[in-house]
Amino acid sequence: MLNEVCYRVMPKDISSWDDETLSKEKTWTLEAYRAVGGYQVWEKIIREKTPPMDIIAQLKQSVLRGRGGAGFPTGLKWSFMPPQLPGKGEKYVLCNSDESEPGTCKDRFILSNNPHQLLEGMLIACYAMGAKVGYNLMRGEFWLPFNRCEEALREATEAGYVGANILGSDVSIALHNAATLGAYICGEETALMNALEGKRPNPRFKPPFPANFGLWGQPTTINNTETIASVPVILQRGADWFAGAGTEKSGGTKIFCVSGHVNKPGNYEIALGTPFSELLEMAGGMRNGAKLKAVIPGGSSMPVIPGDVMMKTNLDYEGVMQSGSMLGSGGMIIMDESTCMVAVARRLSRFYMHESCGQCTPCREGSGWVYRLMCAIEEGRAEMSDIDRLRRVAKQIEGRTICVFGEAIAWPVEGFLKHFRHEFEACIKQGPRTVKR
Amino acid sequence: MSDTHGLSQSTASVIDVWIKKFPEGKARSAVLAGLKAAQDENGGHLTNEIMENIAAYIGLPAIEVFEVASFYDMCEFKPIGRYKLSVCTNVSCMLCGSHAIVDHLEKRLGVKMGETTQDGMFTLRDVECLAACINAPMLQVNDRELYEKLTPESVDVLLDRLIAEAKSGE
Ligand SMILES: Cc1cc2nc3c(=O)[nH]c(=O)nc-3n(C[C@H](O)[C@H](O)[C@H](O)COP(=O)(O)O)c2cc1C
Ligand code: FES
Repeated sequence: MLNEVCYRVMPKDISSWDDETLSKEKTWTLEAYRAVGGYQVWEKIIREKTPPMDIIAQLKQSVLRGRGGAGFPTGLKWSFMPPQLPGKGEKYVLCNSDESEPGTCKDRFILSNNPHQLLEGMLIACYAMGAKVGYNLMRGEFWLPFNRCEEALREATEAGYVGANILGSDVSIALHNAATLGAYICGEETALMNALEGKRPNPRFKPPFPANFGLWGQPTTINNTETIASVPVILQRGADWFAGAGTEKSGGTKIFCVSGHVNKPGNYEIALGTPFSELLEMAGGMRNGAKLKAVIPGGSSMPVIPGDVMMKTNLDYEGVMQSGSMLGSGGMIIMDESTCMVAVARRLSRFYMHESCGQCTPCREGSGWVYRLMCAIEEGRAEMSDIDRLRRVAKQIEGRTICVFGEAIAWPVEGFLKHFRHEFEACIKQGPRTVKR
Repeated sequence: MSDTHGLSQSTASVIDVWIKKFPEGKARSAVLAGLKAAQDENGGHLTNEIMENIAAYIGLPAIEVFEVASFYDMCEFKPIGRYKLSVCTNVSCMLCGSHAIVDHLEKRLGVKMGETTQDGMFTLRDVECLAACINAPMLQVNDRELYEKLTPESVDVLLDRLIAEAKSGE
């Protein structure tokens, strides 16, 4: 099971996935997408007037869970959208293509190389939830992905799949691509709504939840790019086929972005539940035959897992949780024995300091404290008691912020200290030194 | 021609196109696209005057446009080089040698991260993850093209090409 869902337009052989083959095959065009069965599901839905409830039921049966980080069951989320009431205005579907979590780079490839599948997924989502408008919001740095999505939207509109009276029916759905100007917090679902409204993208309090009060205060459902792009294949090949590919609670396949110290870094779409050791093998094993030291398994906000534990971990939501972390976005950062864990932790804390939106004091101030303590420890300017201070500061952010960015600062700190405290102590014992950055 | 409130005709028409993507009365959603278009047109940075003009054109208080622009990493408020090189130094890139790329760029261009070369050709930016971690280390030029799996040698090739391109464009 390699690349059958989001990457079905790509060559199956990962090693031939270079820019040249992809450009030659122009996988992002309508023609290429149709050649692998693209838009057949959408045509069938329109032709047969499939009841929206049937689509949602199939998604529930497929056990598809959100690929944006939290793993929320998608079918269930879609069922939260209230029915259309007269005079209540629009409902919206949003695709979260902000993809800014360090270590995560799968959505970029879907947007660039398979944009039609995402569009088909958005159309189905709009239809199933009774929304007439959908927005796909990308991070501003996604220049090529944005252009590809715009081109795909033009093609799909011309072919009659999008717009007014789709394929001659009475269904009308408008889709739009949009872009931010680059800020990690825009990936938080309510911040994304503010971004799209042209406001400062601060996360909003929840409740009210987006299904009741979302974009412009209207009922809104937001999903990750990979989640939405999975939908057409699930409906085409059947919920049972998809569910059967994964484990009981984690259905289907998922893309893992394997980066860091491996021979063949890449995006691998594999069945959930696959042992990590197999993924590592697909990624060509460790660079220079070095020993695996640690893995950040789900994007930088998830706690680090020591290499020996990881080698016994199965890649599904439950398996990674048992190993003390979370599957998150599927961004796997692989580190070999030469890696200084203090340097990694310090670099991540700089990221969180930079990206805090500043709205909540514990996060705005705490992220700076964490970063400065990390620097002091790495440079040997700290005292042993600073390690506990670091943990305390991080703990005090957790649970005290409007959005879970607070947890994203705290969890990695906790993880590094739990498994690699000795390295923090060693830095302090070593005494002052200049660290090259 | 309608009043563009000091904006160029082309930026104003970009905003017009974007306003149509949003419902009646939600024109402020076009502010991001307006900022981007105006910044590109102005050689890579925004001025207070530009932001005031965008605000006037969309019908917002100027402060609300400043508030949005100042939040985002891609908005620049001082003149920058012809080529902005955004080098990712986040963890995946760091593990794959972004330090060496930063060192090489700083040495060859004679400026530090965050600075602009005297000839106004290059600005170096140390940025967060650009979602290309599997092709680390990487950089992006002018928020557009990506250059991936960098080595000091491939950085030299890129710099030479950009310099030649700038010369021939003059
Ligand atoms: C700080 C922060 C950043 C996030 N960034 C992203 C992101 O870049 N992409 C994404 O899909 N979800 C991101 N999320 C998760 C979203 O809030 C949301 O849960 C997700 O888009 C829901 O889609 P899903 O159910 O399909 O996973 C982020 C959450 C937080 C708190
Ligand atoms: S860490 Fe550099 S692109 Fe993701």
